[in-house]
Amino acid sequence: MSRPAAHPDAMNRGSMNQGAMNRDALRRGLIDRAVLRAEWTKFRTVRGWVAGTVAAVLLIVALAMLLAGGSHTSCSNGPVEVACPALPIGPGGQAVTDRFYFAHRELTGDGTLTVRVASMSGIITYPPPDHDEIVPGLVPWAKAGIIVKQSLRVGAPYAAVMLTGKQGVHMQDDFVHDTPGPAGARWLRLARSGDAITGYASADGIRWTAIDTVRLQGLPRTVRIGMFVTSPSDLSVSRNSLGGSITQARFTQASATFDHVTPGGPWSRDEVGGHEGMTDWERYHRANGVSESGGTVTVTGTGDIAPRMDAVKPEVSLTGVAPGLIVLVVVAVTFVTAEYRRGLIRTTLLATPGRGRVLAAKAVVAGAVAFAAGLVAAAVALALGTKMLTAGGNQVLPVSALTEVRVVVGAAALLAACAVTALALGALSRRGMVAVTAAIAVIIVPWTLATASILPDEAARWLLCLTPAAGFAALQAIPAYPQVVAHYAPADGYYPLPPWAGLAVSFGYAALALAFALVRLRRADA
Amino acid sequence: MHIEVNDLRKRYGPAVALDGMSFTVRPGHVTGFVGPNGAGKSTAMRVILGLDAPDSGSALIGGRPYRSLRRPLTHVGALLDAGALQPGRTARNHLLWLAHSQDLPASRTDEVLDLTGLGAVARRRAGGFSLGMRQRLGLAAALLGDPAVLVLDEPFNGLDPEGIVWMRGLLADLAGQGRAVLVSSHLMSELQDIAGRLVVVGRGRVIADAPVAELIAQTGGGDGRAGLEQAYLRLTRDAAEFRGTTS
Repeated sequence: MSRPAAHPDAMNRGSMNQGAMNRDALRRGLIDRAVLRAEWTKFRTVRGWVAGTVAAVLLIVALAMLLAGGSHTSCSNGPVEVACPALPIGPGGQAVTDRFYFAHRELTGDGTLTVRVASMSGIITYPPPDHDEIVPGLVPWAKAGIIVKQSLRVGAPYAAVMLTGKQGVHMQDDFVHDTPGPAGARWLRLARSGDAITGYASADGIRWTAIDTVRLQGLPRTVRIGMFVTSPSDLSVSRNSLGGSITQARFTQASATFDHVTPGGPWSRDEVGGHEGMTDWERYHRANGVSESGGTVTVTGTGDIAPRMDAVKPEVSLTGVAPGLIVLVVVAVTFVTAEYRRGLIRTTLLATPGRGRVLAAKAVVAGAVAFAAGLVAAAVALALGTKMLTAGGNQVLPVSALTEVRVVVGAAALLAACAVTALALGALSRRGMVAVTAAIAVIIVPWTLATASILPDEAARWLLCLTPAAGFAALQAIPAYPQVVAHYAPADGYYPLPPWAGLAVSFGYAALALAFALVRLRRADA
Repeated sequence: MHIEVNDLRKRYGPAVALDGMSFTVRPGHVTGFVGPNGAGKSTAMRVILGLDAPDSGSALIGGRPYRSLRRPLTHVGALLDAGALQPGRTARNHLLWLAHSQDLPASRTDEVLDLTGLGAVARRRAGGFSLGMRQRLGLAAALLGDPAVLVLDEPFNGLDPEGIVWMRGLLADLAGQGRAVLVSSHLMSELQDIAGRLVVVGRGRVIADAPVAELIAQTGGGDGRAGLEQAYLRLTRDAAEFRGTTS
């Protein structure tokens, strides 16, 4: 019997090598091309994972087609059913509401118009709580002011300064841009100089504050200028029996009297946007119009000059993202847990002793696969779904090509973040069922609760700020506008965080889960 | 390249798996690593291969810890658990991802498949393999990087008699090429004729570490299989009695 020859310097060499190893590992970094390639080979050589990824893509596309194919809308013209008219489009490409009463005249070349809003009043029909009478009052964004508009055509470019019902003076242009003006102002002025239009406001007509200067591209030499009044529907939100929300809208009308109108009339009168869709009562009870007396002009109007949101949102075609995500979660989880189940993780760690590099390579492969699948699925679903919805007579809110790209890439990024989170949960728990359940509990459950109109809006918003479901914000194609009153709740597709911030939250959770998984992988024996 | 194991200690809760184990595996020999079940053979191998961390002590391969080796399969080939396979993946693809992880060319997979007699079933799913075929695939994976050191845990398990003869021949050849080969087994007979040295362990310690001939002579046994078996039994029994009186 003999003991092996002792190596007195074995331990020393060991620790030196330890130091060399750490430096080496740092230099090599977490991403190792060979390990990445090995993990990709692993992924593509298991039929179930490839099939699962393809199934996720097909599921997302199929749900878009199913939803769009089963959705038909038509409008009535008296007793006749007709195709719905195309949505009016503003200069920015958005669908717009463009309806107001207009006392106007031609403006050729440069010029200004100055007015004082002497008074502004209105009615709101049958508001809560009792819904039993017409009350005097103004909704927050009732508008009375002056406007330069390219033409009387609905959707034509414009710039305007206005006194609002409850929001003070604002300058707005081309339906989506809004700049608040000074407090307490009643005097309004617009000055045109070429393409540039500057809005001013004043409390006394002597000291003026410039609010903003906007450029209306390609404004012709001759435009319309004048006074306008409009008043959007009054909106109220109440709780439904489940804890979600019910919204109600009601007809309103505003009137404003302008004096100190410089230069003065005469004025032509038109109801821009017409009065289609109004009931006879709304048309004749207190008719919209213009009356002049001496130097004062009184305009009465209803409607709004604003982006429109009450049509089909394009992201309905991405309804399949959540079910597709569940499939990808299962694929990502089993990509890790199958190795633990079979003991294959030891072979993996023999080939690559660096735990961080193994986990990083797996995360990159799972994330990249989910991203690529999401890119294909979302692009096809959005394009095909929008086309089929339009063919079915549905009015789909148009978005720019850039927004479409952002939504498609955002959907892919969301799927990637969730796949990496699921993979990390798999590495943490080492059990497929546990990890899949956990991933669904932290991603799908909060998203469902928040968007299904069963939670109070505030709770829903918190869920979509604080959980990995925040990344669903990337799917929102139509933004919320502070100058338009609407029910901006998750149940209606409005997320509390902007797309990039929502994705940042989701990726943050993915990174956190990976960090925990790495600590566990490094500490535990394999 | 040597494997140097120096005073390894490891506990799993109250159970002592390694209790100051030290031995050396030299190139050019098959070193048998024997002992009863639970003697610490597999734990020692996992520590050598950087899978488990010891509480104290060191295990070095060519003077370096396993975890510091770059492309480790080109230095050390290991077979621990032949059942560790993704059932849906073919034999060749199992070797292919391993080859990719070591920057080895894909052609290496075909070479080791032929070497282990799996060429004909290379494109079949590993899930349908018998235990014997899995052992061959595990050995193919161990040989993929043409390593100077081999660590094989119970490679004879599940092999038919013909397979055992084949495995013995292959291990002897590999040692003959100057590789250090560590083979664990709980059956002495499997190591018959091929092991140049034996490391006998019991309860986490080395009981004996010597050339096979020396062991047989020391324990005063006869020759051949009976002698080795007897020597092994006596050694492990002594160890158990020694342990029994002190604990």
